[in-house]
Amino acid sequence: MNPEYFFILATLLFSIGIVGVVSRRNLFVIYMSVELMLSSINLVLATFSRLHGDMHGSVIVLIMIAAIAAEAALFLAMIVQLYRSKRSLDSNDCSQLIQTKEAL
Amino acid sequence: MSILIYIVLIPFASALLLSLIYLSSPKTERYSLYSKIGVAAPAISALLSFVVGIEMLSQESGVIFHATLIEWINIGEFKIDIAFMADRLTTVMIFFITLIGTLIHVYAAGYMRGDEGFGKFFAYFNLFMGSMLLLVLASNPIMMFIGWELVGLSSYLLIGFYHKDAQNITAANKAFILNRVGDFGFIMGLSLLFVSLEGNAYSFEAIEANITMIDSATLSIIGMLLFIGAMGKSAQIPLYVWLPDAMAGPTPVSALIHAATMVTAGVYMVARFDFLYIQIPDIGEIIAIIGALSALFAAIIASFQSDIKKILAYSTMSQLGYMFVAVGLGAYSSGVFHVFTHAFFKALLFMGAGAVIIAMHHEQNIFKMGNLKKDMRLVYITMFIATLAISGIPPFAGFFSKDAILATAFSSEHYLIWGVGTLTALLTSFYMFRMLFTVFHSFENKNNSLHVVPTSMTWPLIVLAVGSSTVGLLGANEAYGGANWFASFLALDDTFYHISHRSEYLLGFLNVLMGIAGMWIAYICFSEEPVEPEANRFYKRIIINKFYIDEIYESIIVKPIVRLSEFIDKVIDIKVFDFIVNSLVFGYRRGGYHFAKLQNGRVQYYALYILAGVAVMSLSMLSVLRGV
Repeated sequence: MNPEYFFILATLLFSIGIVGVVSRRNLFVIYMSVELMLSSINLVLATFSRLHGDMHGSVIVLIMIAAIAAEAALFLAMIVQLYRSKRSLDSNDCSQLIQTKEAL
Repeated sequence: MSILIYIVLIPFASALLLSLIYLSSPKTERYSLYSKIGVAAPAISALLSFVVGIEMLSQESGVIFHATLIEWINIGEFKIDIAFMADRLTTVMIFFITLIGTLIHVYAAGYMRGDEGFGKFFAYFNLFMGSMLLLVLASNPIMMFIGWELVGLSSYLLIGFYHKDAQNITAANKAFILNRVGDFGFIMGLSLLFVSLEGNAYSFEAIEANITMIDSATLSIIGMLLFIGAMGKSAQIPLYVWLPDAMAGPTPVSALIHAATMVTAGVYMVARFDFLYIQIPDIGEIIAIIGALSALFAAIIASFQSDIKKILAYSTMSQLGYMFVAVGLGAYSSGVFHVFTHAFFKALLFMGAGAVIIAMHHEQNIFKMGNLKKDMRLVYITMFIATLAISGIPPFAGFFSKDAILATAFSSEHYLIWGVGTLTALLTSFYMFRMLFTVFHSFENKNNSLHVVPTSMTWPLIVLAVGSSTVGLLGANEAYGGANWFASFLALDDTFYHISHRSEYLLGFLNVLMGIAGMWIAYICFSEEPVEPEANRFYKRIIINKFYIDEIYESIIVKPIVRLSEFIDKVIDIKVFDFIVNSLVFGYRRGGYHFAKLQNGRVQYYALYILAGVAVMSLSMLSVLRGV
């Protein structure tokens, strides 16, 4: 198969992910978009690994999937924790880092 | 000759020791300890100097002793050692500096007793001695400059010793700042010398050997710049105004500054660079003219002063003028000889004046004293000898040295300088005897009870009186039956002018006549009913106010500088520099304020910034790759 298709697919997935992260405010959707971007990267790695006949890439992909799974558990736990304190899943409610007026 | 090192280091070490003891408990009274350490250091230096002197006498002319303490800087060709050297000129200098310095230390131990800063005083005093010895013994111009600066520093510390009075601090500052003006010339001259000699200026001998490398125009500039330094240290026109004000310090300080250290540094420096000045007689002539003018000018002012110490200060300036006449005309030996004799009688005069001041409960106006000759017989006799010496009456010391200088001026056909010098001799005798008669003779007894003068303040007077009456014979020339031993011992690059014995006698006779005439006028006017000069006539007002030189300096130099500083402070600083800095600050704050809006706390925006950043980076990398 032509590897171009894989790259196009990966680019598409990554772009969708980015648009999701930037435009959506629901924490779950943001999280899912991040996962989408990670998957697209995995896809690129796997493709290159295959293309060059070098299995190192595939190994990294497997390790990354494991790491992503672990990260997912952490991420979800954090979202739950955040919801408990804010009673909201809107990312705009978590804006303590905003520049305050007094600083000027 | 490692002795040379000890001569310099011992006063410094004792200054350090004294200051440590003093600082450990400033309130404790330890007069005897302080005076023992303080007097011992210059005394040891004096003994070692005698050893050097005896050693030098047994050597042939031209032998130079060397001693290197440590290598200070050694970078490639650039090599400066902390090293000392003693040739015959140096030997003479250290001989009288340490001898008279020691006597002044002994005297000071009596004079300063009871002062709460006694330990500090002796620390400064020893530092002064050490600095002067460093200046004189230095084997290269850099070390000499360090000594030169240290002398300036220690004089500043000592002039401002009675620091509770703001006037004294002003006087100390004045001395220091005016010396800086001179030092500026000095360091410029030294730098030019270094640059012109291309790395051959690391010792006086190397400079002397390579002096022909420099063309005469540059040499003249160097000579003039160095002389500006000498003007500052040795109080010549126009940088002399600090000297009378320096009388604010304790009297032993004045004695040390005027006799053994500091003011002789300028004359010494010119004599040390005799090989340089001998090649530029034009500059020498300027030096001689300035010297003659200073001599006359100071003598005129001194004739109308009524403060005993100021009279002596102006007389020092006047005598220094003579010395510069001598070194300017190439008669270096005569100049140094006058330095040598002057040190004896001027130290004696100052110490006598100090004794009188102490006895009169710190009264310095001579017209408030009178008829002290019975109560202070020893001081009277010794001061009389010193006055005879400074007035040029044979066989006292001043006659021979002054006569040698005036004979040089006459025989080198500088008749104007000679005339000024002779007139100054008359004035010198007049103002000195005016002081002496007013203080010791005038009949009216205005003093009720005299303060007791300690013996440590009187016996150094006797030693100096013996010196003042005899050391002149060392330099008596053939006409007076001597062998001009002093000049032939020094063996400097003198310019010799032929003068017949007959004219020599005539000149000498004229000098004595001048001295006696001055004495006679002073006797008529001041021995019975002295009247303090009043500013009732135009010329008197000008002279009593010292020709308004201080006021002129104030208005043409100080005031414009103050105005300029105020202008810079109030206008340039605020309206220009502060404006630039403030507008920059304003700009940054504005920019920061707007930039801070990007930080809105919304994660999506941050992700967007990252995206934008990555996009820009990728595009630029892409364009780089394309370019390749």
